[in-house]
Amino acid sequence: MEDIQRQNVMVPRPFLVHRVHKETEDTFTLELNGEDSAESPPFIPGQFNMLYAFGIGEVPISISGRSEASGGWLHTIREVGTVTRALHRMKRGGVLGLRGPFGTGWPIEEARGNDIVFMAGGIGLAPLRPALHVVQSMRDQFGEVALLYGARTPESLLFEKERELWRAKFGVQVKVTVDAAGREWKRNVGVVTNLVERASFDPAHTVAFICGPEVMMRFSVVELKQCGVPEDKIYISMERNMKCAVGFCGHCQFGPTFICKDGPVYRYDRIRQFLNVREV
Amino acid sequence: MTSEPRIIERKALDQLLEALTQEGYQVVGPTLGDGAIVYGPVQASEDFPVGWTDEQEGGVYRLKKREDKALFGYVVGPHSWKKYLHPPERRLWTGQASGTDFELTPEPVETARFAFFGVRSCELHAIEIQDRVFIHNDHVDEDYKARRENAFVVVVQCGQAGKTCFCVSMNTGPKAESGYDLALTEILDEGRHFFHAVAGSPKGAAILQQVETRSATSSDSAEAEEAVQKARGQMGRTLNTKGVKELLQENPEHPRWDSVAERCLSCANCTMVCPTCFCSTVEDTTDLTGDHTERWQKWDSCFTMDFSYLHGGSVRASTKSRYRQWLTHKLSSWIDQFDSSGCVGCGRCVTWCPVGIDLTEEVRSIREENTVRLPSKREASNGNA
Repeated sequence: MEDIQRQNVMVPRPFLVHRVHKETEDTFTLELNGEDSAESPPFIPGQFNMLYAFGIGEVPISISGRSEASGGWLHTIREVGTVTRALHRMKRGGVLGLRGPFGTGWPIEEARGNDIVFMAGGIGLAPLRPALHVVQSMRDQFGEVALLYGARTPESLLFEKERELWRAKFGVQVKVTVDAAGREWKRNVGVVTNLVERASFDPAHTVAFICGPEVMMRFSVVELKQCGVPEDKIYISMERNMKCAVGFCGHCQFGPTFICKDGPVYRYDRIRQFLNVREV
Repeated sequence: MTSEPRIIERKALDQLLEALTQEGYQVVGPTLGDGAIVYGPVQASEDFPVGWTDEQEGGVYRLKKREDKALFGYVVGPHSWKKYLHPPERRLWTGQASGTDFELTPEPVETARFAFFGVRSCELHAIEIQDRVFIHNDHVDEDYKARRENAFVVVVQCGQAGKTCFCVSMNTGPKAESGYDLALTEILDEGRHFFHAVAGSPKGAAILQQVETRSATSSDSAEAEEAVQKARGQMGRTLNTKGVKELLQENPEHPRWDSVAERCLSCANCTMVCPTCFCSTVEDTTDLTGDHTERWQKWDSCFTMDFSYLHGGSVRASTKSRYRQWLTHKLSSWIDQFDSSGCVGCGRCVTWCPVGIDLTEEVRSIREENTVRLPSKREASNGNA
């Protein structure tokens, strides 16, 4: 079996679309099971799959969780191009191709006994969600837990019910901000870094997981460092063009690393010198 | 293993080609084509570029007649063996839809057995470098592995070096010491024309036994050694590899990147001719019914805008950033990734650059105006063992 998988690492396997769930105007979640409706294999929160729409193309998408009902993988996707548009049009019972899971994940074990700060920008909440599920499942293993989440508008905020659950039932400090909103929005407006000072955590004993646009992650790191979170306790999830996902094609190089296998989740201090170089 | 050296007379060389064919190998080697010496099928020794040589400089390549009938009296051409091991275009799978379902059928791994005839030492090192990418990695490219394991390697040692050669700097030549099945040295001397042959594997020894040979005298072997030494003394370029990994990694904002960007056409020639560049992309082609589709893997280059495209734009939009990525990868981050330099000093990127950009000169210039202090450890490492 291992041999077959190794040989076919470039060939997508068929997966069934169990459910298509609308999240926002342009964002949706696909629930995917193996073709015999089997539970999807294990994954580490933060890892990604290559999803293939037949005859259209393939894109890397982070796993955003596992369905409690079907055991299928969840992928929360924003429609931005041809392939994601085709994925959006998928219906229950449809088949798509999948390769993965690939890459590194959030080192949740390392955070055990410490405080955790999650910082998410936009769709960046999706790759963090399965890590929040793990924290939720063993909440007493961690101290303070904060989720600082920024989006463009109130309408583009994701996973409202879950955020409420984390806040009300699992003692997670959930702070939300948007770039722009109408009068009816009574909460924060501004960049996500503004939320750091409103969260309560012990910086010296905090592990931070950040996912969002690169510029958002860079400023989030600055803010966290200023409050005293050590550089080697900050993790970020990087994104580059990906084709093969196994280190053969060279596209996703970031400094001396390949994001598909050395990332997407990196400890900040290990890639710091490349983050500040333009067009690296 | 290396065997006792044997001598193959020029007129008996065709026996070697026949023996390889008999063993089921498809012999490929240097031939004349497109105004250059390129690799293609070889049936007989007359197919080799008999009596031709090449003249090379930055941005210059010219064929010239030799005064003798040497078969391998040239340096290297624009092709490298990667076109057989990691082909420019390869189908990965075909897909057929039926209703909402579909089936994907992987392309079988290549079963052709190639005999590479005329491999230079730098090229052998380049093959070993690509082995690190496609075989000795987290995942294995089974097609590459099959092609590689099936290949028979006949080295022809360099008897001369070109003006863009610098294998001595990269510690990759001019003499191939191991990793081949057979190593020949061509000797033309006072009307004599013969090949000094050493087997480097049991496969090589077995093939050699099928060819009419005589044992080499010590003066034959001395002549063979002298030929390679001559090439060693003719290197047209040098590259100081001392601390080059740190030099490039620490200098992403060096002004030299701006100056090279003014000359670089971003044409990707250097990456196409480079024997170690391995980057590829995939293209899906679907027929008009939408039911039949194929995925092809094709060579790609970090010099294209598409290479770094990420929703909305290219990460490396400027020529400066693309040249910097290529050179830094080749000489520096390659060492982090594969424990080896990505450069073997073959000089192809210098010769085939339409504007003659010379990486040895670029590195020299960055080094001379280096304002960043380099760490002293690992100073002597250039990555090539």
